[in-house]
Amino acid sequence: MTGDNIEPIDEIQTDGFAFPAELPIKIKSRNVDVSYGDKQALFGVDLDIPANHVVALIGPSGCGKSTYLRCLNRMNDVIDIARVSGNIELDGVNIYDDTIDVVELRARIGMVFQKPNPFPKSIFDNVAYGPRIHGIANDKAELEEIVVTSLQKAGLFDEVKDRLGDSGISLSGGQQQRLCIARAIATRPEVILMDEPASALDPIATAVIEELIDELRQNFTIVIVTHSMQQAARVSQYTAFFHLGYLVEFGDTEAIFTNPTDKRTQDYITGRFG
Amino acid sequence: MLSIIPLSLAALVLVAYFGGKNRAVAVVAGRRSTLHSRPLYHGTYVAVWVGIPALLLSLVWLFLQGPVIDILLVRSLPSDLRDGLDGSQLQLLLSEIRSLAKGSVFGNPTAEVIAAAERYKAWQVLAGWALVVSSLAISIAALVITRNHIAKRFYARHRVEQVLDWLMIACSTLAILTTLGIVVSLSIESLRFFDLVSPGEFLFGLNWEPQIPIRKGQVTAGGAFGAIPVYLGTLLIALIAMLVAIPVGLLSAIYLAEYSSKRARAILKPLLEILAGIPTVVYGFFAVLVVAPALRNFGQIVGMDIAPNSALAAGGVMGIMLIPFISSFSDDAISAVPRSLREGAYGLGATKGETIVDILLPAALPGIMGGVLLAVSRAIGETMIVVMAAGIIASLTLNPLEPVTTVTVQIVTLLIGDSEFDNPKTLAAFALGLVLFLATLALNVLALRFTRKYREQYD
Ligand SMILES: Nc1ncnc2c1ncn2[C@@H]1O[C@H](COP(=O)(O)OP(=O)(O)OP(=O)(O)O)[C@@H](O)[C@H]1O
Ligand SMILES: [Mg+2]
Repeated sequence: MTGDNIEPIDEIQTDGFAFPAELPIKIKSRNVDVSYGDKQALFGVDLDIPANHVVALIGPSGCGKSTYLRCLNRMNDVIDIARVSGNIELDGVNIYDDTIDVVELRARIGMVFQKPNPFPKSIFDNVAYGPRIHGIANDKAELEEIVVTSLQKAGLFDEVKDRLGDSGISLSGGQQQRLCIARAIATRPEVILMDEPASALDPIATAVIEELIDELRQNFTIVIVTHSMQQAARVSQYTAFFHLGYLVEFGDTEAIFTNPTDKRTQDYITGRFG
Repeated sequence: MLSIIPLSLAALVLVAYFGGKNRAVAVVAGRRSTLHSRPLYHGTYVAVWVGIPALLLSLVWLFLQGPVIDILLVRSLPSDLRDGLDGSQLQLLLSEIRSLAKGSVFGNPTAEVIAAAERYKAWQVLAGWALVVSSLAISIAALVITRNHIAKRFYARHRVEQVLDWLMIACSTLAILTTLGIVVSLSIESLRFFDLVSPGEFLFGLNWEPQIPIRKGQVTAGGAFGAIPVYLGTLLIALIAMLVAIPVGLLSAIYLAEYSSKRARAILKPLLEILAGIPTVVYGFFAVLVVAPALRNFGQIVGMDIAPNSALAAGGVMGIMLIPFISSFSDDAISAVPRSLREGAYGLGATKGETIVDILLPAALPGIMGGVLLAVSRAIGETMIVVMAAGIIASLTLNPLEPVTTVTVQIVTLLIGDSEFDNPKTLAAFALGLVLFLATLALNVLALRFTRKYREQYD
């Protein structure tokens, strides 16, 4: 897929969409461009993430969902060739400002990666790592408490409770994915970015994670990338549809799935939904 | 004449390989996909059978030919010539016959000896031709037989893989046997040494003065063979070297892998690796001419007396030489840690330092340990720098400012000169070598255990 034969879109096709006036916006992004070397992956993305809601990012593979997600905690800084421009604000503060400490930012914005990446440490240490470096727990008992509840919420505890000392790498793919979710929530960030957190999970584990997301919404703001329309429909209140690096459409999840305005959104949803 | 064998065997093997391959294709009328094994395996199968038995036969034959002919020769000698000869006289006679057969005549050989030399010559030629004929016969027979095995459902791949299995076992056995051979020969000489000097004195003695009387009845020195000072010196120098090499090497590796820009890395890494390519003699010069005087001057300023030959100078320079071993291994190991792990740590709000210490170094530890081990063995085995910068006098000290000596240096000095291998001075070299070998072996085993345990925990 190349972006050459697609004419740039000047404004988002969000006709008639507006957030309720009283809704606090957690993350506001304007005109975000990202390129990897010569290849531009995102074109002028304007997107608002309301606090204590779940926003789903959907779209065909390679359209820039992960790229956008990684802008929000400046994870693209880690990639040498990645260039990000535009404006992204967290609680009204530009996170790409020179005065921002990336470490602090990432402690506030947790992330679950597309590919599970447990540390080569024990299951316990994997989950305890974030709380440890941030000094969240005051003593050992509290740390254990955090680890256990995090694992429980991620629906992994029962499977691993007898072998918390085993290496995180010895787990199956789906278990690793849940371990990474537990690891992310143990640090208690304000925002959690989830890149296809259920891609390797069976329906039961998926249901657990979806429940977790719903529960987390009380206290956190969540952005989730998913390839499953049903999942987007189940867990999110707002949905953004990306296509070839453009944010094509944004709106209430229900509206996007029942009554998409853009032709491409319609095609994508019906192609997969039907 | 014997050179025919390798040439003709090579030719036959090529013929066998391509013949087998083509035949496999022909057997299925070109429809390769219907073959069980790919044509390559059929070709290899035939080639293996053509090559290996004949090769083995030749090797065994060449091994046995000499002794067998010797036995036949002795039998063929007229009984009055060989009766009453003991073993070494018989050997003498045989070598006279052999050299006569080669054409060099000493003195006046008897007619019987000349006849025996003629027989010897003739038998050798005969044996040579017999070998050529029989090995070629085996090859050709194998070619004909195995070629007929080729069929659509012939499991050539399994056969070839079996042969490869054996080949690999043979190769690893070779390495093990070599090690065993070294140990055995070292042990035998060491045992001879321990006949002359008690193991207790050698292992726990504090005095190393390996002299022996040059003339019989010379009064001066009986020599003392307490090896502790030598081993202590080795340990001291290796320790100093590692104290320099490990921190500097590891920090350079971390800089190269995590902090440097691509450009800086492309320049710095090769530069650093040049250090490993400098001949150790040059390091020795450097230690003697630059480092030692500098240390001495410094010592004078602060009022310390530093010997011109010191463990510090030798160990320090050796440490510099070893930096690239550690930095290179560690850099590779750290760079090999997947980016996703770094991102995982950053994503939790870990700082770069925390990520390196908590995630990258533990994950890279096996590689880092590999570099450290290599450096330690180099440090223990290094001779030239020590000879030049630390001296050859064994003193019982842990003071890095005094001259010391090391095991390898002592082995060299013991073996220089043309004394026979029958006195404690030369034999001591083997005992030193044996203990050094056992020590490094133990070190390797320990390190292996350590990394394995660590891996179990972290991998
Ligand atoms: N590290 C990288 N280096 C170079 N190009 C990249 C890199 N990461 C992503 N890209 C490119 O950016 C574009 C967007 O990729 P991105 O990972 O954001 O897609 P995605 O929507 O998450 O797809 P998927 O659903 O398959 O995960 C792709 O064309 C991809 O090739
Ligand atoms: Mg993605």
